[in-house]
Amino acid sequence: MAATTSTPLAPAPASLQRTIFLGLGAFAVLCIAGWFMPKWFTFLLTMAAANGLVSLGIVGLMRGGLVPFGQGMMFAVGGYSAALLANKLGVTDALVLALAGGLIAMLVSLPFAPLLSRYRGIFFAMLTLALSMVTYGLLMKLEWLGGSDGFNLSRPTLLGMKLPDATSGYVMYVLTLFVATVLALIARMVFDSTRGLMTLAMRDNELRVEYLGGPVRQAIALNFVLAAFAGGTGGALGVMSLGHVEPSFSFWTTSGEFVFVAILGGWQSVSAVFVASMVLEVVRSFSGSYFPNSWQLALGLFLLVIIRFLPNGIGSLWSHKGHS
Amino acid sequence: MAAALTILIDGLTYASWLFIVALGLTLVFGVLKILNMAHGSFYAIGAYMAASFVSWGAALKWAPGFTLVAMLLAAVAVAVILAPLTERSLLRSFYGRDEVLLVLVTYAMFLILEDATKLIWGATPFYVSEPYALFGNIDIGTQSYVGYDFAMFGLAVLVGLAVWWGLNRTRQGKIVLAVIHSPEVASSMGVNVSKVYMLAFTIGVFLAALGGAFTAPMISVQPGISVGVIIVSFAVVIIGGLGSIEGAAIGALTVGLARSMAVHLAPVAELFSVYLVMAVVLAFRPEGLFQRIQARKI
Amino acid sequence: MKQNVWIQTGRHILASTAVTAVAALSGTSAQAQETFKVGIVSFLSGQAADSFGIPAVNGAKVLVEAFNKGAAPAPYNKVGFGGLKIEPIYVDENGGATKQVQELRNLYDRDKVDVVVGYVGSGDCLAVAPVAEEMKKFLILYDCGTPRIFEDGKYNYVFRTASHATMDNVALARYMKAKNVKTETFNMINQDYAWGIDSKKDFAWSLEKLFPNAKAGEDQLPKFGAGQYGTEISALMGKQADVTHSSLWGGDLQAFILQAAPRGLFKRTQVVFSAADHVLPGLGDKMPDGVILGARGAYGLMSPKSALNDWWWDLYSKAYNVYPVQAPYRMVQSLLGLKLAVEKAMAANGGKKPNAEQLAAALANSEWDSPAGKIRMALGNGHQAMQETAIGRTRYDASKKMVVLDDIMRFPAECVNPPANMKSEDWIKAGFPGAKGCP
Repeated sequence: MAATTSTPLAPAPASLQRTIFLGLGAFAVLCIAGWFMPKWFTFLLTMAAANGLVSLGIVGLMRGGLVPFGQGMMFAVGGYSAALLANKLGVTDALVLALAGGLIAMLVSLPFAPLLSRYRGIFFAMLTLALSMVTYGLLMKLEWLGGSDGFNLSRPTLLGMKLPDATSGYVMYVLTLFVATVLALIARMVFDSTRGLMTLAMRDNELRVEYLGGPVRQAIALNFVLAAFAGGTGGALGVMSLGHVEPSFSFWTTSGEFVFVAILGGWQSVSAVFVASMVLEVVRSFSGSYFPNSWQLALGLFLLVIIRFLPNGIGSLWSHKGHS
Repeated sequence: MAAALTILIDGLTYASWLFIVALGLTLVFGVLKILNMAHGSFYAIGAYMAASFVSWGAALKWAPGFTLVAMLLAAVAVAVILAPLTERSLLRSFYGRDEVLLVLVTYAMFLILEDATKLIWGATPFYVSEPYALFGNIDIGTQSYVGYDFAMFGLAVLVGLAVWWGLNRTRQGKIVLAVIHSPEVASSMGVNVSKVYMLAFTIGVFLAALGGAFTAPMISVQPGISVGVIIVSFAVVIIGGLGSIEGAAIGALTVGLARSMAVHLAPVAELFSVYLVMAVVLAFRPEGLFQRIQARKI
Repeated sequence: MKQNVWIQTGRHILASTAVTAVAALSGTSAQAQETFKVGIVSFLSGQAADSFGIPAVNGAKVLVEAFNKGAAPAPYNKVGFGGLKIEPIYVDENGGATKQVQELRNLYDRDKVDVVVGYVGSGDCLAVAPVAEEMKKFLILYDCGTPRIFEDGKYNYVFRTASHATMDNVALARYMKAKNVKTETFNMINQDYAWGIDSKKDFAWSLEKLFPNAKAGEDQLPKFGAGQYGTEISALMGKQADVTHSSLWGGDLQAFILQAAPRGLFKRTQVVFSAADHVLPGLGDKMPDGVILGARGAYGLMSPKSALNDWWWDLYSKAYNVYPVQAPYRMVQSLLGLKLAVEKAMAANGGKKPNAEQLAAALANSEWDSPAGKIRMALGNGHQAMQETAIGRTRYDASKKMVVLDDIMRFPAECVNPPANMKSEDWIKAGFPGAKGCP
């Protein structure tokens, strides 16, 4: 183990091909289905996919036994970056903005990653929470960023083409799903790689991994940076569909929802994270409609039922990777 | 010099309020290893219950001094009714699981309690301000303070000492300390650990409700009062170290004074002061100012 | 191994199908007699619920009931909207702007509402307006205060049927001038978010023009929802000032009053509140006397006497045992304007339910009578309303057991609202050019 070189494509090519085939297949089905869906539902799925990306990053850290409670910060950084690039610098291409959001969030996370890799358990969660709340405070204070109201961004373009009114929602839907699928497949490859498997081992017993020569702190820092990239990309995509950015993206309750989706999905299956994100959006949407006066109660009960009966997340329903 | 005195007094009064409110949170974490996100909701329910009890007392024509007793009883009622209910039905099923999973369970509890409170008491605000005037005014220099705020300081000291004494000088308290150090070893020595958990949680809820009950006279009790309390309580317990009473006291003082200085000297920074202190303390002392040496299990 | 693949594929396809099925099922709507569906969005939970959301929704409920019976006075006496019964759907505004964007889409797409009337929070207004515009659906913002909606953007389908918040603080400053309130020094305490910051800026700039020698003192910015103001009160009292301004509202305002009054703040300085009328019924004798305050319009105790206002006042008070404060007034003026617009559009298109374009054409530049006076859609290209406002002084009346407002002064719309071609900030800083009819 000590002399292992990092081979990112460790699993056998056949099973990787299978995963890619499944991923792209699901993407195709959803794209076709999306054409026939009512618009409010494509919007819901678009947001679910964007939010799911943030939770995917959290899963990457959860596999190592750490739960960040401040990913809202990455979502906010990605969203604000995309919005500022669009409004101030005239960069309107959706793909470019999505990637830019991810990269900028990654850059922001770099100075904190080494610090955070020293922490475990609840303290890791609390420090990430504190950082996200400081970001929230900054975003609230800075008038040129719109202060507490935030600001709007205009519709993005794609590959040089303007998006027509009637289909802009569908195009953003397809784009968000595409980016989500690509990142999900990359995540699956990373999780199954040597480094990814080492992360799993760290969840069990970090000390042993260290004794066996695995660079634990480096791995944690790397996972944090990758999670930031996923979070920032999700933020940029979400914000482009919403058309609006505001500081509350960085508030601790937003981060809590991302964590909830990650736990609901479970850390075994990547697709489960996105299914979980969709489930939460659907439940939130319907409890708002049917229980205008008590939707918080409905949502809370739903959360409890899920945590109680699906202890390892939705992923445990179809992935038998054993206990850890 | 007068300004420094004002800053100090304001810091202390705010810190007393904060200490009472945050003590329950740190106790619950210390014993049960649960960061209770619903802590603010118990605080709010304490305030609502106090409003109800005081108005019943007024209807029964009790003397004004009795309002304090009514508020205390309200906090006890909340603890006695809600703590066993939530602990037994909700938390017990999740013990031993991931810490953060429990945080989410408490977050779900927070959502449920928010709406439950609104459904029980309605959305109209309650006023319970008679007790606020009980201690008159105290004039220091050019400032006029309400005696009640100083009484809160007294209450904070009383509560802190009571909990400290209870933990360190009584037999039951030492058992609780043993469970804090290691539930497994305590259990193997014959301690009924689930009873201890129940006790600690009840006291934690009582303290939260006490904070709410005694804050009720200075605010209007209405939906939404729980939210402002949660984050600032987190800051206190994180700074002081989870599970430490001295830590909660120091944490409350730190936050209180930091906030007081910000308000008096640089109001612009007020929004940040709490989070920044929290982040800075965590960066240098990851386990809070009063770290407990924890044996690492291999 | 192979079996697993198929199970996995099967599950993926199942998931996608389930997703589509859910969508299809919720897309169907019941076919019944044609009604006019109105989505009403306001705070049913959270800190703004008791002060703004719930009273407004209560106002809507009792008004819609009256409309559907044809019980409103002329010219509002047609049943429902032009004969079509009104079917309201209430949605909670709590949960953040992101959630509100989704809820708005649900209302238009899933619940198939014809019109959405809503939004107290400025952040929510700013977020949902472009969405309605993009969807080409009719949206009325009834409450939010930020002037930015129509000063920073142009809309075809979005309207606001109440004045924005600029007039609150301009009127406050003008009242102080007219009543010769000593204003050599002033302190401010406002919540640290867009509302509070915009309010304090408007007030400070207005004072610069009307009281050029006034010096600013403390500028406290407590967190929204802080609830504990002991420290801020010490700071305010430590720096003596003639006037203390605040745009605090709801629970925060009540907590501030309950904590500051016993310490003598209200005796040492003239306190002016820009939007405080909604706390008067609840606070009763705990509200100090002599506080100058506004209601963001000629609302509640400051509403002008008229047959319509009397009818509305009785309707609301009988149903809820309390007189209507600002929030339900803003809701009623919105629904009255909507009613007339629908009926005007129906008259123009031969009696059919109007679509969004027809409604927009009918509401733009229109004017109507409301219990708070005349509402004129004269700003923002005919999309932003302007109305008169009033400022008064509190006094607890022991015989009536309620707070009343004395010394009420009315300010016509042109006095306290910027003209159509100027942004609020520029107008105040230029010294209110074009202001007419100021007392």
